Amino acid sequence: MALYSEVVMDHFMHPRNVGTIENADGVGTVGNAKCGDIMKIYLKIENDIIVNVKFETFGCGSAIASSSMATEMIKGKPISEAMKLTNDAVAEALQGLPAHKLHCSVLAEEAIKSALKDYYDKNGIPYDASEFPDCENCGHCH
Amino acid sequence: MQIYADNAATTKISQHALQAMMPCFETHYGNPSSLHTVGQEANEILADARARVAACLGCEPREIYFTSGGSEADNQAIRSAAFYGAKKGKKHIISTAFEHHAVLHTLNALEKEGFEVTLLDVKNGHNVTAQQVKDAIRPDTCLVTCMYANNEIGSVLPIAEIGAVCKEAGVPFHTDAVQAVGHLHIDVKAQNIDMLSLSGHKFHGPKGVGALYCRRGLPLVNIIEGGAQERGKRGGTENLPAIVGMAAALEDACANMAENTAKTTALRDKLITGLEKIPHCALNGDRVNRLPGNVSFCFEGIEGESLLLYLDAQGVCASSGSACTSGSLDPSHVLLAIGRVHDVAHGSLRLSLCHENTDEEIDHILTVVPQVVELLRNMSPVWRDLQNGEREYIL
Repeated sequence: MALYSEVVMDHFMHPRNVGTIENADGVGTVGNAKCGDIMKIYLKIENDIIVNVKFETFGCGSAIASSSMATEMIKGKPISEAMKLTNDAVAEALQGLPAHKLHCSVLAEEAIKSALKDYYDKNGIPYDASEFPDCENCGHCH
Repeated sequence: MQIYADNAATTKISQHALQAMMPCFETHYGNPSSLHTVGQEANEILADARARVAACLGCEPREIYFTSGGSEADNQAIRSAAFYGAKKGKKHIISTAFEHHAVLHTLNALEKEGFEVTLLDVKNGHNVTAQQVKDAIRPDTCLVTCMYANNEIGSVLPIAEIGAVCKEAGVPFHTDAVQAVGHLHIDVKAQNIDMLSLSGHKFHGPKGVGALYCRRGLPLVNIIEGGAQERGKRGGTENLPAIVGMAAALEDACANMAENTAKTTALRDKLITGLEKIPHCALNGDRVNRLPGNVSFCFEGIEGESLLLYLDAQGVCASSGSACTSGSLDPSHVLLAIGRVHDVAHGSLRLSLCHENTDEEIDHILTVVPQVVELLRNMSPVWRDLQNGEREYIL
């Protein structure tokens, strides 16, 4: 059996939404180079709708595939829906990830939330901080 | 096109080795311990294989103990020296920081049992010196175990010099020569090696078989208790087909060593020269004292597993020391030991060649690796930060 599902390999070999957005409305970066995973998400938001999303990822096959899939899942969607995106949903859409790669789907969820938080911060929109990951104080990569 | 450039992981069995094995399944299937004719035929074949392996290492047949592979041989050598050292009150072992886990994890286990282990630093030249060994030897040192050549970065250690230092100090010297046997000329007597581990599948022999050379007079403990096989030091019916295949492969490797080395080294150097043109990369390992087939690089701004998967899609089978390929959060201990920081150790690539690789294959690798590195860098936020000056280049 191959390490990754066909969907993972498709999104890894042909990643969707790679790149950056100039003057993005929200940018989020999670992970660190020390542990070998960094995801950066760029959002363009109009009327609470994510009209464009791009990503840059330094990481393994599942990290790149998770980024690609997660961006596809929120593109064109309202913020409220993007906020509900879970790592499980990303992993499921990828037809599963090996157990030791599940953290890649977690990073994808956190990267999107981090970009949305940035959007809220930039625009002075109030939010419930508990809905967002606390990367500064998380032991995930340390 | 599929290019196999992972010969340090394992090699394709040679036709000669395979053909040598077949009669052991079909005709000489006897148990070498049996007294009847079929058994005794098998016993003669076993003795012949032992003599041939011994001849390739410059030792006596009775000094060869067949094992299930390199890891078992490493375990037995180290456990033996530790056991008999402790009997004399000597519980200090010297090794290097970039040993294979078969050695390092055995040493970790011994530390828990009260032994003290000194791991020599390998940052300087990605190698160790005999002087480092000499300086580390203490009155209570019961073993020096240094690999012959490193599996990930290809550095070849100054084994004869280390052997001389150990002999002078009266300390047993073991070398994990899994990557060296069949690729480098070895003479255990001339090099003052007391124990040596080897593995059949690293020189086009079969998997699941190896050997421990142990100098006559040096006592061994058993890892596998059982019957009287292997002079009572390794129980279990001998894996005769594999032993015979390994002996055939080793003889071929030693007989053709000069020719194979010349060919493989030329391919290796062409590959190293070509890959060094990629910006912000670094060669890992000793540039001069290096295994003929080893090419190991770190590329800044990318991660190794992605690199391997894209290379595989382009028909290139390679290996990496990144965390994602090791199944842990940390990249290879070898790369960390030579001083590569985590950020760049994740972006490592090992291509290990053999005499069967071709010039055309090297050309293909030299075409695809720079393309894949560029593709991955173009989607890497780390590379963007490096390019924008928001992060400082390490390489």
